[in-house]
Amino acid sequence: MKKIIFIAFCLFITNFGFSQTETPKTKKLPSITIKTVDGKTIKTSEISNNGKPIIISFWALWCKPCQKELSTIAEVYDEWQKETGVKLVAVSIDDARSSSRVLPTVNGNNWTYEVLLDVNGDFKRAMNVNMIPHTFLLNGKGEIVWQHTSFAEGSELELIELVRKLNRGEDISEKK
Amino acid sequence: MNKTTLLKSFKIAVLFGFFPFLGFSQNLLNSGSVQGNFQLDAQYYQKDSTIGANEVSEKMLMNAFANIIYSNGNFSAGLRYESYRNPMLGFDNRFKGSGIAYRYATYKVDDFDITVGNFYEQFGSGMIFRSYEERNLGYDNAMDGVRVNFNPLQGIMLKAIIGTQRFFWDVGPGIVRGGDAEFALNDIIPSFSDSRTKLTFGGSIVSKYQPSEEILFDASKKYNLPENVAAFAGRVNISRGKINLNAEYAYKVNDPNSENSFIYRHGEALLVSASYSKKGLGIILTGKRVDNMAFKSKRTEVGNMLNINYLPTLTKQHAYSLSAIYPYATQPNGEMGIQGEIVYSIPKNTLLGGKYGVEIKLNYSRATSIEKDTSGLNIIGYEGGTKGYRSNFFEFGNELYFQDFNIEISKKINNRLKGSLSWVNLIYNEQIIEGHEAPSVYANVFIADINYKITPLKSIRTEIQHLSTKQDEGNWVMGMLEYSIAPLWFFSISDQYNYGNEIDVKKIHYYNIGVGYNKNSSRIQMSYGKQREGILCVGGVCRQVPAAYGFNLTITSSF
Repeated sequence: MKKIIFIAFCLFITNFGFSQTETPKTKKLPSITIKTVDGKTIKTSEISNNGKPIIISFWALWCKPCQKELSTIAEVYDEWQKETGVKLVAVSIDDARSSSRVLPTVNGNNWTYEVLLDVNGDFKRAMNVNMIPHTFLLNGKGEIVWQHTSFAEGSELELIELVRKLNRGEDISEKK
Repeated sequence: MNKTTLLKSFKIAVLFGFFPFLGFSQNLLNSGSVQGNFQLDAQYYQKDSTIGANEVSEKMLMNAFANIIYSNGNFSAGLRYESYRNPMLGFDNRFKGSGIAYRYATYKVDDFDITVGNFYEQFGSGMIFRSYEERNLGYDNAMDGVRVNFNPLQGIMLKAIIGTQRFFWDVGPGIVRGGDAEFALNDIIPSFSDSRTKLTFGGSIVSKYQPSEEILFDASKKYNLPENVAAFAGRVNISRGKINLNAEYAYKVNDPNSENSFIYRHGEALLVSASYSKKGLGIILTGKRVDNMAFKSKRTEVGNMLNINYLPTLTKQHAYSLSAIYPYATQPNGEMGIQGEIVYSIPKNTLLGGKYGVEIKLNYSRATSIEKDTSGLNIIGYEGGTKGYRSNFFEFGNELYFQDFNIEISKKINNRLKGSLSWVNLIYNEQIIEGHEAPSVYANVFIADINYKITPLKSIRTEIQHLSTKQDEGNWVMGMLEYSIAPLWFFSISDQYNYGNEIDVKKIHYYNIGVGYNKNSSRIQMSYGKQREGILCVGGVCRQVPAAYGFNLTITSSF
């Protein structure tokens, strides 16, 4: 029975993929109920930035490269915002063990990002994040146009270049 | 009704049934989207008797999974296919096999959100209910049943769940049901909406049902086991400006089980935290008490499966390999814990801060037993079993389980060079945490992490770590060199050397070389070398990882 469901699902998906080729692919954020770092409940589909691009970065307190990414961007974030209007949303996947440490860490590090707490990984699962850091870039219409896992020094240069391209109206989709 | 009219009505029914479906599927095809991810881990094993890596008869073992999510407007459905051919060393062998381990459909209508099939959910901090997964640890207690979320008013969130829990390729014998309500006062009461004080409170109830069974207390008596076990929790969150307070209390009625040696005592847990933070400074204090809170949907289950609740560990999760050698895990039968942390940034362009500023993190945590008084407890009203013990709620026990003091200082020297220095001082009660006779470990760990940018995209990173202890395996030293070409390539070489081991043949080099390639959301990583036996912990769950030697491949991708 399980096999039948799987085959049916696969057929459905492939069918769907086939018919999909004619229409442009637009992936928007799923609607997941999640808390902000100060305890407010929001829906992820409502994340917006007045028509400017948005960076969404999944991280955790136990993840060194994640924190390197966020502190590297923090050094240039003011300049990025002034130049491009981009906003970074940092989604912590820390669970109840350390989620209460996220706010003091963010403030202590002088990060000015919008920070969300995904304590049970609901947003992470809906975004198909396997490993962190995993960074998404959304265009001004809120469509996911690019994503990347891992961080190395210098990756932030590629990221801001993509933001600039989006602002110039260039297509940066992964199909290229 | 004769045959022809029956046939006619059947045809009509088919026609009517078919048309709306056609329209529906047309709609599905036009505006829906499909997303997913995939991960494969495989290892080719070589025998190495010096580190205790045994021969693997399959030579190669593999774990893989793929998630596929279809969503369209208010509807979404998904499944996860998992394959363990055969499970990699360190994963439970009962995962052996392939199949669909997770499937669900969710529909949102008005203020309702209904899920049938598998789901993950958490009430409050999870102390009476949390279903979640840690794929890299082989931990998954997904629910299989129904969940309804109801949001009747802005600021009011109600949840109800019922189902069984995943047990490898099957489900556990107990039924878990429960509900949770959360009220955000500032959203509910209009005159509070602009108040600087934000108040949220909530409460939940969870109950499990498992038919009674025959478990003997001694040769002549058997336990009279409760079939229904309920647990309750209440929580509050208050924030005002720079201050944030959180508290949750949980209570469980008596639940004799294998984890608590079949005592008829109630369970309790308390988790509180208070923080103060502003730009450049964050301070937090947390405390907890756990008493007899093992809560599983099968009373004779021990180990990591079929947990209904989650008891957070109040210690820092270390990210460097030597500071992570001795990790702590919550002791559900009884534990008192405290943790404090200060995060401070010395501002830029000051005497101490220099041109780029300095970041300092100080963290202290300590976990002890709870006080237990076992005197004068008689067998009570049941055919077997006692209340176990009495305990003063606010008293720390005499036995130290774990203590960790650590400090990390990070500094950017110039545009090319930055680094951090850490010191970790810890005490690890091996007997309690690992469950075998051994003296407690007193260890000091020093770590230097230095990053040098050669060009804007190319950089070199090195880690030098040293662990010193007179107990367990003695001293370790570790060195690592990593070269990265952003954003695509990683190369690394590392060696952990147990030079302080008392036994000469165990003074082993655990070397490893690795390469990783990242393209957008895909990553391929290959490594070759030796892996030390130890405990691997992610997100609160720990797993014993056996020593291994060989070639490792990981492929991960999202679409």
